[in-house]
Amino acid sequence: MSALEQPQFSEARKAEIARLVTRYPGAQSALLPVLHMAQEDFGYLSMETQKLVAETLGVRLMAVREVVTFYTMFREQPTGQYLLEVCTNAGCMLNGADELVAHMCDALGIKVGETTPDGMFTVTEVECAGACGGAPVVQVNNVYHEKATPASMDELIAKARSEGGAA
Amino acid sequence: MTIPSDPKQVKQICFDRIHIPNLTKLSVARENGAYAFLPTVLKEFDAGKIIDEVKTSGLRGRGGAGFPTGLKWSFVPRNTGKPTYLLCNADEGEPGTFKDRDIMRFDPHLLIEGMIMAGFALDVQDAYIYIRGEFLYETNVMHAAIEEAYEANLLGDNILGSGFSMHLTVHRGAGAYICGEETALIESLEGKPGRPRFKPPFPAVEGFYRCPTVVNNVETLATIPAILEHGGDWHAQIGEPNNTGCKIFSVSGHVNKPGNYEVPMGTSLRTLIEDYCGGLQHGSVPKVIIPGGSSTPWLLAEHYDAPLTYDGMIKAGSMLGSGAIIVMDETADLIAVTRRLAHFYAHESCGQCTPCREGTGWLERIMNRVEAGQGREEDMQVLNEAAAHMAGRTICALADGAAAPILSLLKHFPEEVRARLVENVA
Repeated sequence: MSALEQPQFSEARKAEIARLVTRYPGAQSALLPVLHMAQEDFGYLSMETQKLVAETLGVRLMAVREVVTFYTMFREQPTGQYLLEVCTNAGCMLNGADELVAHMCDALGIKVGETTPDGMFTVTEVECAGACGGAPVVQVNNVYHEKATPASMDELIAKARSEGGAA
Repeated sequence: MTIPSDPKQVKQICFDRIHIPNLTKLSVARENGAYAFLPTVLKEFDAGKIIDEVKTSGLRGRGGAGFPTGLKWSFVPRNTGKPTYLLCNADEGEPGTFKDRDIMRFDPHLLIEGMIMAGFALDVQDAYIYIRGEFLYETNVMHAAIEEAYEANLLGDNILGSGFSMHLTVHRGAGAYICGEETALIESLEGKPGRPRFKPPFPAVEGFYRCPTVVNNVETLATIPAILEHGGDWHAQIGEPNNTGCKIFSVSGHVNKPGNYEVPMGTSLRTLIEDYCGGLQHGSVPKVIIPGGSSTPWLLAEHYDAPLTYDGMIKAGSMLGSGAIIVMDETADLIAVTRRLAHFYAHESCGQCTPCREGTGWLERIMNRVEAGQGREEDMQVLNEAAAHMAGRTICALADGAAAPILSLLKHFPEEVRARLVENVA
């Protein structure tokens, strides 16, 4: 990999991480928050990015690998510009989540876990989002959409497309 | 907030001011009573008095286990030469639970104030809020509120000139149900996979970085300011003996008005569902009520009048848990729901204990088969035995939670399962 392809944190990020580390008794405690930052900055956690996080915090790469593979929010592969995460656990299921997922997949021509060929949308099923009062819940790039319906998701997809994919 | 003459008329503690707009702003929160009593606590109370008031209040942990909060605090050893940590468990992930989210996003200063008071009682210098990673909006609300609290010297060094200093940090998880278990939460906060630890040692003695640590739920900590302001006796008069105070119930599923409702302990399931939640979507009595989150045993229509207390739910054959009530009416496909929950537990098992790692997978595979009409009579026996052999045989209670829906389905609705077996599907 060329030097250009090596992910690097910005100076502002480095300062933010340095500040964050002081809030814990040990630097490894900052691992989850720093992985969130890295994922936000680079879109997903490639092996190069995981190495960067390990070096930044002075922890073993294996410690980073263990965490990345344990927690479901950390992604080692890129997703579409719009990540649509549908909760299908009990509360949402009782209020039509399965039918909602099927509708969204039909509308986008993909299966659960897949990304549209244009790279715009990924649909996944997730575990309880902790918002069952607004079931069914769809997280769109980590923003909660409660009481989602096939019509509201159609609208969201159409709007995203008309905006030319600016997430 | 004024002390009401008849505590039985007081319906809300954590949600008392929650409907006021812009409560997330410190100025608005202060106009409505936030931090008003804090200077008195810092000046006139000491650790002993605070812990006594909390003990007198009868407050029990609102995260699920229902352990008496004052007692938990009294287990923390003093003068160990090590720091004591306070961790707020905001990893709200039990299917059906969504109450802590409302406290954090609408009234973050209530939680902060409760944490300052708890921290003062426990001589804490560093406190953390471990919030589930999906709650990004709530994380940002908490960050902003904490920043304002620092600027007003409600956090940081020498809080309000009291000589007490405490720092508060919000820490995001990353999608792991198991991190709601307190020792897994501690592991996660140390930057590791969330695998529960053996107890003892209990966190009160050896927790975060092997130092004395108290882990309390959001709702528990948010109840502390009212208890200290009005007194433990005031709180103890609300609700029922051994089940005091109010409780937030997160009601979801087949009700017309799902949502969070804070009511005095002892309110019946029927009152909550009929009077607060607008009744059922279909029919007049529920088919199944899961009263305390997906890990608690199911209740039936015959339990509709049972009181919502820790003891009342045990008497009915279940548990109050986190107060997450999932209601299913006659239209619910119980086999599909059970299969979905089996998938959840298999996905969320951390994998370190064999009965859970293997057992949750077995339960899921068999339930997949049953739902698809390919199950056999002997599968019912295997489900029963596997579930029974998981519960109580692991480090944490996830396996017990995984067993609960399976055992409930087989106990109460064996005919529904039988009707789906391959022998009986045309």
